[in-house]
Amino acid sequence: MYGLCDCNNFFASCERLFRPDLEGRPVVVLSNNDGCIIARSNEAKALGIGMGQPLYQVQQLIEQRRVTLFSANFALYGDISRRVMATLRSLVPNTEVYSIDEAFFDLHGIEEPLDDYGRQISRTIRRNTGIPVSIGIAPTKTLAKIASKLAKQYPKLEGCCYMHRPQDIEKVLTTFPLRDVWGIGRRYGKLFDGMGIRTARQFVQLPQEWVHARMGITGLRTWNELQGLECIAFEQMPPHKQQITVSRSFPKEIHTHEELDHIIAEFAAMCAEKLRAQHSVCREVIAYIYTNRHREDQPQRYESGLATLAEPSGSTIEIVKQARSVLQQIYRSGFGYKKAGVTLSEILPTSHVQGSLFDPVDRQKQQRLMETMDKVNRTYGKGKVIIAAQGTQPFRMNREHLSPRYTTDWNELPVVKAD
Amino acid sequence: MKKENDKLTFYRPDIATRQEIPVAGSDVKAGFPSPADDFLDLPLDLNRELVRNPASTFFVRVAGDSMTGDGIGNGDLLIVDKSIDPHDGCIAICCLDGEFTVKRLKLESDGVWLLPSNPAYKPIHAGRNNDFRIWGVVRHVIKSFK
Repeated sequence: MYGLCDCNNFFASCERLFRPDLEGRPVVVLSNNDGCIIARSNEAKALGIGMGQPLYQVQQLIEQRRVTLFSANFALYGDISRRVMATLRSLVPNTEVYSIDEAFFDLHGIEEPLDDYGRQISRTIRRNTGIPVSIGIAPTKTLAKIASKLAKQYPKLEGCCYMHRPQDIEKVLTTFPLRDVWGIGRRYGKLFDGMGIRTARQFVQLPQEWVHARMGITGLRTWNELQGLECIAFEQMPPHKQQITVSRSFPKEIHTHEELDHIIAEFAAMCAEKLRAQHSVCREVIAYIYTNRHREDQPQRYESGLATLAEPSGSTIEIVKQARSVLQQIYRSGFGYKKAGVTLSEILPTSHVQGSLFDPVDRQKQQRLMETMDKVNRTYGKGKVIIAAQGTQPFRMNREHLSPRYTTDWNELPVVKAD
Repeated sequence: MKKENDKLTFYRPDIATRQEIPVAGSDVKAGFPSPADDFLDLPLDLNRELVRNPASTFFVRVAGDSMTGDGIGNGDLLIVDKSIDPHDGCIAICCLDGEFTVKRLKLESDGVWLLPSNPAYKPIHAGRNNDFRIWGVVRHVIKSFK
């Protein structure tokens, strides 16, 4: 059996942990730059505020119903996520952290009753970290995901849904929306809507050959997993990311090359730091710039370009240089740019790099320099040592509703009254 | 962090729960072995002593003087563990009507009494009509002298 531990409305729950006045009240969290809604408390969902909805569309509702807004505070969410995962690890034999708010765990060898076991996990995480979680337990990871959604939906399950008897599974699949199945999502949602296939059960009844031909091996895995056949392996070590992206929308449109150049350099430097943190190097650097698609009255331009590094590298200096050269190629004046981004691809582990005899760059020296830079920035705070191209005015996000970093900064600790 | 790369010397030591384990007699090449070698202990780590369960431990700052009798003063740092079940007589962080407050608890059948330890303040009763929750149990208080 596999389990999935999924935090309920995670970002909103993190914000509420230190704001007891918001218990039972609608809360939403906004994306970087306060653009879209990325998390909602149950009360906010009940008001009809949609996931991913742009803020301006719900502005009126938010004011009328006194919804509390928060800018994304990833320093806080990251710390609380670590606490939830550490607590889970202390309760189960093996975990696979799947995202900031979800982790699978392996229950092989654990004795029944597993629903009591799951409830115990849910209660303990709630008590120790203050974050409500839903536990799903089932024969495959795909079914465990479905079970966790049921646990969230039905409060009387007390935080855990154990779904294991074939007749129970079949009953659940008969009504479970296919769109919400792990691996189906938006990509295949439209296809199946068009075919009139709406439930997981209908999907399972499709012929195997058809699923294989139409959706390939990954679709077939989902098809098998829904029938209780284990196809998606349990991975204790997260696989290395195959792409690393940093992109942002700007609060205001940007009209000059100089300003964009600083931003692209900064994004490239952030990507390079993430790349080194996972002990990898990359071969390709992609940069892109977009105008504001909501302003139909203005000329539009969407451009991207790619540069290939002579040798795979994780050096900020080289990656920033390539990203800037791409920008040089794709930039045209006379447009108001609203969004830019940098993506690194062709990523491989540092240990897999073969040296080249004619490499003009002293790799070891670069590596030592980067290690030193990362160490300084870790010790003395982000951005203390940067590449000059990033400029001295770092890119500032719009974060009007940012909460304190309650758990990661001595100056921002929660205050308790003694009066 | 590899030792041979530590050529730069301006780093602040990273003391976040990392303990170097002393190696017995490592410097003694010849001569009389240190009589302390048989009695080596690990250095004391405040983090381990004060933070039993890192995942459920939070630091909070006190504002106010209602708890001075328990040695908790304005500006002190409290170490709070959410994993501990509150018991009668413990000092806890509570959420009372939407605000965090620190008090000693007296658990009774008709609710909870929140007891200050400064005679200038009165006990507060949290009953059925209050929005009341216990957030975490205070394990330590840290005072700093200027």
